[in-house]
Amino acid sequence: MMFVRSFLLSLFFLVIATPLHAATLAEYTFEDPQKAADFREVIDEMRCLVCQNESLAGSNAELAVDLRNEIFDMMTAGQDKDDIIRFMVARYGDFVLYDPPMKPSTYPLWFGPLVLLIIGALVLIRALRKKSVTQETELSNDEQQRLDTLLKQPSDSKDAQK
Amino acid sequence: MSRYLRFLVPLAIFAVIAAFLFKGLDENYNPRAIPSPLIGKQVPEFSLPLLEQPDTQITNKDLLGKVYLLNVWATWCVSCRAEHETLVQLGRMNKVDIYGLNWKDERVAAQAWLRQLGNPYTANIFDKKGRTAIDLGVYGAPETFLVDAQGIIHYKHAGPVNPDLIRDKILPMVAELKKKG
Repeated sequence: MMFVRSFLLSLFFLVIATPLHAATLAEYTFEDPQKAADFREVIDEMRCLVCQNESLAGSNAELAVDLRNEIFDMMTAGQDKDDIIRFMVARYGDFVLYDPPMKPSTYPLWFGPLVLLIIGALVLIRALRKKSVTQETELSNDEQQRLDTLLKQPSDSKDAQK
Repeated sequence: MSRYLRFLVPLAIFAVIAAFLFKGLDENYNPRAIPSPLIGKQVPEFSLPLLEQPDTQITNKDLLGKVYLLNVWATWCVSCRAEHETLVQLGRMNKVDIYGLNWKDERVAAQAWLRQLGNPYTANIFDKKGRTAIDLGVYGAPETFLVDAQGIIHYKHAGPVNPDLIRDKILPMVAELKKKG
């Protein structure tokens, strides 16, 4: 019962939160729904230059507002998504794109995580292999006896020796 | 082999981290700097009023024929105030013209600022809407561009300039560009 109530409550907040986010973009209306979708997509894919972890769609920085207006005007004037991307990259560079193109200067970005993953996997395999080798070593009879006697000793005897 | 690795791997990791941290100690290092795609390109076309004379228009063509600095500033920008004294001193040296791009500012406030703090600018371009700033790829004031006599941008510095940067980087580049003509 408790679970259902908290679930419904979170659902309620989720529903009222969505229009709040959209409200900042309500001023941009297109007659063509395809254009509206393109506009949403393109500003979601662009980084705000001022708050560098926000998209152009989500940022309230003044420059982000100016750029949204500029993009809106361009799209209303008939330019498409590729035109907008060219416009932005010519001024702010690939940095503005959240989905940067593949080229030598962005190779570390694209392949860096893969390289780190491979290194991590190699380290892990090595460590596991070493561990399994130690586990397979069996004690000789002598060692087993010593271990048994050690285990049978009262636990405080070790401290007493110190 | 693995005996050496045990020491070499942490040492290598330490060296990489130390190199990055050392880079961060550089006073002129700006982690938010974005490489400008405008280096090597023409100053974008513009036609805007002057800050000082609202009726006079200035265009990118008016600036051709000399090496100059284009400094983006505004009275709402705190770092611009910190930078201003350095620009005033640079202006006194008479080694390079400084043009201002007054970005999304109030005309009266900007004029008062120049009267109070000194005016190192040959002229100020008044970009009220910030449209020319967008064409220049400006994302935060202050920003400073170095432009040659053909109107080509050779260098951009995001953030306040300081005397070291002017002495070690900007003035040598100015001298080089002036030699080329």
